[in-house]
Amino acid sequence: MNLRLNWIGFKTLLRKEVIRVVRIWIQTIVPPAITMTLYFIIFGNLIGRRIGTMDGFDYMQYIAPGLIMMSVITNSYGNVVSSFFGAKFGKHVEEMVVSPMSNATIIIGHVAGGITRGLFVGIMVTIIALGFTDLSIAHPLITFSMVILTSIVFSLLGFVNAVFANKFDDISIIPTFVLTPLTYLGGVFYSISLLPEFWQTVSLGNPILYMVNAFRYGILGVSDISIGYAYMIVTVFVVGLFSLNLVLLNRGVGIRQ
Amino acid sequence: MKALSIEKLTKTYGNDVHALKGIDFNVNPGDFYALLGPNGAGKTTAIGIMSSLISKTSGKVEIFGHNIDTDLEAAKACIGLVPQELNMNMFEPVLNIVVNQAGYYGIDRPLALQRAEQYLTELRLWDRRFDAARTLSGGMKRRLMIARALIHEPRLLILDEPTAGVDIEIRRSMWDFLQRRNEAGTTIILTTHYLEEAENLCRDVAIIDEGVIIEDAPMSTVLRKLQREVLILTLRDGQDEAPSLPGFETNLVNSHELEVAINSGDDLNAIFGALAERSIAVVSLRNKANRLEELFMGLVENRQASVG
Repeated sequence: MNLRLNWIGFKTLLRKEVIRVVRIWIQTIVPPAITMTLYFIIFGNLIGRRIGTMDGFDYMQYIAPGLIMMSVITNSYGNVVSSFFGAKFGKHVEEMVVSPMSNATIIIGHVAGGITRGLFVGIMVTIIALGFTDLSIAHPLITFSMVILTSIVFSLLGFVNAVFANKFDDISIIPTFVLTPLTYLGGVFYSISLLPEFWQTVSLGNPILYMVNAFRYGILGVSDISIGYAYMIVTVFVVGLFSLNLVLLNRGVGIRQ
Repeated sequence: MKALSIEKLTKTYGNDVHALKGIDFNVNPGDFYALLGPNGAGKTTAIGIMSSLISKTSGKVEIFGHNIDTDLEAAKACIGLVPQELNMNMFEPVLNIVVNQAGYYGIDRPLALQRAEQYLTELRLWDRRFDAARTLSGGMKRRLMIARALIHEPRLLILDEPTAGVDIEIRRSMWDFLQRRNEAGTTIILTTHYLEEAENLCRDVAIIDEGVIIEDAPMSTVLRKLQREVLILTLRDGQDEAPSLPGFETNLVNSHELEVAINSGDDLNAIFGALAERSIAVVSLRNKANRLEELFMGLVENRQASVG
């Protein structure tokens, strides 16, 4: 593999993705800002005051890490799935397919775009959260690494969705019927210790629970699960999903006849 | 070493359509090569396989000695593709489309910008460089695809009907541009529905029909096979009926136009002599159809008749 060629290819893809996010800011930046502000007002401020504390933190503080992570997950996924499927739909994916740039670079370039948007929106939501509550970071390294790893996982998942998607409906099915329920049930708004034992066990099968809790541990220092276990699960997802995408592209699934 | 070498190439699609049935052909470096055939003949499939957009079923493809099965990266680096369908991001500015393509081929941004200016200027698109592709006319979009395909200065340029839907003035300016590229050393493979385009530009030609190559030879050799042509003579004075010319089949199209069918080796002076004897003056002469078109139709019809 020609490293220089692929490095320039990666930079080109990342640059293109960043320009795309900024160009369509009304679709990429504004909606999560509005949604998260509403979450903080309704769940945090209005309802949260009646709930009191959770794991020793007031409810607004408790849900802030989950809401930040939720926006990172949604935006990382959404960026990659819409960008790559858009390229397939408009046939300009062929620009990449005919080039000597490797399939790994195509994946990494799109994932980098997903991370960039995920982080950008995550930072914006953090700033919004700071307008409602005080937050300090208990473990900066865990916070930062977990947000990056989670963003990678959902960017890769978005890529898988885009590879298989044939029409626009196909890119909204997974976010609507899988991603949103798993995120809501992934401990964003509550500690799983509040659930009956059976549902606690069921919740442990939800990977988003580990990501949200590890991130919450990074910020607040409290978690329902083992942090080491969370890293292991996220790493397995990163390696597994990257390998899956690479196999799919090498076989030409969704991009070659 | 050939610019392109194809051996026993087959492609069967999932719906059991045999698009290519074991074709072989070679293109020499520096050639301007026409790949012709009716719709659905397999031209675009062959081009798709050469450029990695379509997976082959079997066979061997080498681009400047690089086998696409074992050395795909190097093979891809040699090719510039102008596909039949518009395949650019219509919301992206013209300059970004070209410069991004350069990046995918590992070309640094400063050099990419320099080349983009060169090719967009040559193709008369530089003034529109900041405009989104969707705002360009059909001809401009075609020229943009040519600029994009050339940005990495490929040794082999593949053009799949590049002038489809383009007006004659722009088509001719594209011909001039492509001829200059070919003279500068770029090997060019062209598919087109405008057969005069292939006759004017290409030195070699392959004709493909139903996934089989039915002719592969220099253009001059292929055209020599043409046995029969129809000439249209414009007559100075109107005629009521077609004059009888011994040895020639004639047909009066209208009072001033006479069709004369000639066979390979016929003496044209005999026609003019016979007309002069009847005091019929001819003011101009042209082929009824493009020569390659007649040959093409003949070859395809012959094959379809033999297949049954």
